Amino acid sequence: MNPFTFHKAGSIDAATKNFADAAEGKYLAGGQTLIPVLKQRLAAPSDLISLAAIDDLAGVTATADKITIGAMTRHAAVASSQEVRRAIPALAELAGGIGDPHVRNRGTLGGSVANNDPAADYPAAVLGLGATVVTNKRRVAADDFFQGLFTTALEDGEIITAIEFPVPERAGYVKFPHPASRYCLVGVMVAKMAGGIRVAVTGAGESGVFRATAFEQALAKNFAADAIATVKLPEDGMMSDIHAGAAYRAHLVGVLTRRAVAKA
Amino acid sequence: MPRITITVNGSAHTVDAPANQLLSSLLRDTLRLTGTHIGCDTSQCGACTIHVDGASVKSCTMLAVEADGASITTIEGLANGDKLHPMQAAFRDHHGLQCGFCTPGMIMAGVAFAESHTNPTEAEVRESLEGNLCRCTGYQNIVEAILAGTKAMHDARSRS
Repeated sequence: MNPFTFHKAGSIDAATKNFADAAEGKYLAGGQTLIPVLKQRLAAPSDLISLAAIDDLAGVTATADKITIGAMTRHAAVASSQEVRRAIPALAELAGGIGDPHVRNRGTLGGSVANNDPAADYPAAVLGLGATVVTNKRRVAADDFFQGLFTTALEDGEIITAIEFPVPERAGYVKFPHPASRYCLVGVMVAKMAGGIRVAVTGAGESGVFRATAFEQALAKNFAADAIATVKLPEDGMMSDIHAGAAYRAHLVGVLTRRAVAKA
Repeated sequence: MPRITITVNGSAHTVDAPANQLLSSLLRDTLRLTGTHIGCDTSQCGACTIHVDGASVKSCTMLAVEADGASITTIEGLANGDKLHPMQAAFRDHHGLQCGFCTPGMIMAGVAFAESHTNPTEAEVRESLEGNLCRCTGYQNIVEAILAGTKAMHDARSRS
């Protein structure tokens, strides 16, 4: 690892000041992606600013129609949260399927969403449930937040503080994990919200997480797996790599969406 | 250089830790606790699994400075003198190792798993090992060892 200066910020204000003062600052949440990246010297920040000691960034709060999860809440805590399991079981299940138990004890919601890995699980939940990303500066709707591979609406130095998930009428998440990495070859979150049907797909799109609008329209007429049996997703825009080709991924999105509907 | 205080296997240590030192390196190189193994260096193999404040983590994917103030248990902290921890004894009894390189991480993962599962299924044990790779055993005896070790840990508690 290249050398850097480490800061343990005690508040959001202290963290943003550390960031502003740094030549090239980087925030550290759970580190389950960032530390491997640093080990491979794919990044060389001058300063690393840990958010772990900031009060109120971790935890789950529930109201009748909304679950708010602090950005530093670990995956294991989301998976085992009684509030999340009761209101949005698909979200608890998604969190409990990320990586492995040791990764889930360190990795955080905010870190995963800010990183926006095209094969990560959480972006499918945030987009599929129509969540709101709350930062130290503003509130950003999920539809405006994800902007391509590892790219989000976050500005330089901006920090996610929490994510608000509206409680769906029904929701289901199914993923086909890569057998070695456990990242999503394809993952699909299907949700029946008060405002309509949302289908978010991770792992498959060349530009990261996306909404499968053709499936949404068919499911709006009839929320059943059979309703999308004949709806095909185009191969265009699907990722193709050593793990799976675009045609395979496009097919898998349909299969997993049907399973997610059946599960919801 | 940052100075941190950590408790490892019950003993407090105050040590200098460069900001870019991994927790696995602090344990092995600074504290000479070489039972924690480094297998892959890419956060996949789990040979470096330890417990930080009771939770299993990969010590090669955490900075030493992040552990400031934490209480850590490594494989060296499990046995009571010559008396093996029930999970260690189960790995010996069920031949849960061949070359032994992954074993410290397997046992630390198994102990953490047992703490949150009183009567697990084989499928739950296999799923819990997604972050721990073994290239010798084919996992069969590791799974049997963790099932037996989990039972032994809970039996010992209900007796005491």
